Amino acid sequence: MAAEPPSTAPAACLETIQLEHVPPTYSVNVAVFRDVENAEFLQQQLLSRNTEFEYAFIDATSIISRLQLLSAVYKAITVHSGGNMKTPNIHSEIVWSLSPNNNISEAYRRYGITPTSQHIIVVKILLSPSSFSSPTPTNPQTPSPSTIQSHLLTHVRGRPCPFSDAVLSSFTDWPKVRKYYKLNGVGWLERMKDDEALRRRESEMLVLGSMALRGL
Amino acid sequence: MTTLLSTDHRPPSSAPQPSTPFTPAPPPILTHSPSASTLITQGAEARLYKTTYLLPHLPCALKYRPPKPWRHPILDARLTRQRILAEARILAKCRREGVRVPAVYAVDEGGGWLAMEWVPGAAVRAGLNAHLATGGERDESDAALVSVLRRVAAAVGGLHSVGVVHGDLTTSNMMLAPTPNHQGEEGAGLEGVIVIIDFGLASQSASDEDRAVDLYVLERAFASTHPRAEALFTRVLEAEYGGAFRGAPVVLRKLEEVRLRGRKRSMLG
Ligand SMILES: Nc1ncnc2c1ncn2[C@@H]1O[C@H](COP(=O)(O)OP(=O)(O)OP(=O)(O)O)[C@@H](O)[C@H]1O
Ligand SMILES: [Mg+2]
Repeated sequence: MAAEPPSTAPAACLETIQLEHVPPTYSVNVAVFRDVENAEFLQQQLLSRNTEFEYAFIDATSIISRLQLLSAVYKAITVHSGGNMKTPNIHSEIVWSLSPNNNISEAYRRYGITPTSQHIIVVKILLSPSSFSSPTPTNPQTPSPSTIQSHLLTHVRGRPCPFSDAVLSSFTDWPKVRKYYKLNGVGWLERMKDDEALRRRESEMLVLGSMALRGL
Repeated sequence: MTTLLSTDHRPPSSAPQPSTPFTPAPPPILTHSPSASTLITQGAEARLYKTTYLLPHLPCALKYRPPKPWRHPILDARLTRQRILAEARILAKCRREGVRVPAVYAVDEGGGWLAMEWVPGAAVRAGLNAHLATGGERDESDAALVSVLRRVAAAVGGLHSVGVVHGDLTTSNMMLAPTPNHQGEEGAGLEGVIVIIDFGLASQSASDEDRAVDLYVLERAFASTHPRAEALFTRVLEAEYGGAFRGAPVVLRKLEEVRLRGRKRSMLG
């Protein structure tokens, strides 16, 4: 369990993002790990509701871009701030927000970490104290990005990498993504074979639309 | 910022006041934005803002339907919800079917807003106005003009072919989006991909009558904004739309009926 801290310099591991149109009380922190060796352990912490592991652990092979992931985060924050969450917490809400349909357990299976996940994206939403109207009684002293970073580096046995489109696209399992977001029947997209960048961008737009219209 | 909408209580009759400098308070969704939002248009029903989605470098169009104080609040909320949803669903459907429309980024039907892809470029109307500013009646010898009218007709044909009618086709509701190949300024005023926008009155329909009325509305709008190209547009439309999908020739025949009805009505009125 007590993994030795990786030799990599911890500085660039966690990216903190202030999303547009989101109250400044929410801060979004994202880390990416490749070749993770203890996915089963990490998933187990979620299943046992270990309060030290309040993260969204996402299987990176279901993700195509930063925009897709941040869209899910944005949606989860919107739902959280409106008090309309349908899953236990804001982090599970992120995982469900990646789905184009209302089936929550399917969303966990498809987009969440599984015992065999190799590459993962970790999201941690920090709520600064002025937002204590939030319904979940989370740990009273809000952790800082640096405590989160060291916690992740201690417990995730994998290689940290930047949260960039280049890194994410190297992990994408396209057949899976096409199946999940029903892109297979889209003839004009399939005919775009000669322009990979354009095809990727058009796919991304369809994915964002499916997520935005989930269950609507 | 928090006294939202308190100054926005105007009856519908006085709603369109584009000349006044009055700017309504932004919707709640825009109050936390670090980057600026710009109010682009303010209609009686909806406001269109240019703002950003998720990150400062990604522009988006935000359509916001503010509460209407003159309507019963429960009815108003339901209508707003339905309209936002209908527009978002139709945009997503078109996009999926390969029709060029703005992609949907986010929907909050309860909050009365819809965020979509920002389409760069100018409206077809502006491009045509610039092109038609001087000279008289145009014909087939104007290749750039014929080309853009063809693309307009094909775009409408594409829309109809996937079972969507627009409900408010005008040259303002079509954008000329620059393509990577046509970024240049010289004579490029009519270049670009046609992107149809404003699906606020659109519906899903494959009826010949609905499609023909859609074309008729466009034809009338075109005639009043671009009279110098009216006849040319009719010819191009008939040629180009007819080949856009299987049932298109039937729609064009229906269009002649609709024109006749329109003419009779204007003679009576
Ligand atoms: N996605 C977009 N990208 C760029 N500009 C846009 C976009 N959507 C709208 N606009 C600009 O904003 C104007 C108004 O938008 P739109 O036509 O959708 O609103 P509206 O006419 O007020 O709505 P409605 O007819 O539903 O009441 C457009 O004419 C166009 O100039
Ligand atoms: Mg309009």
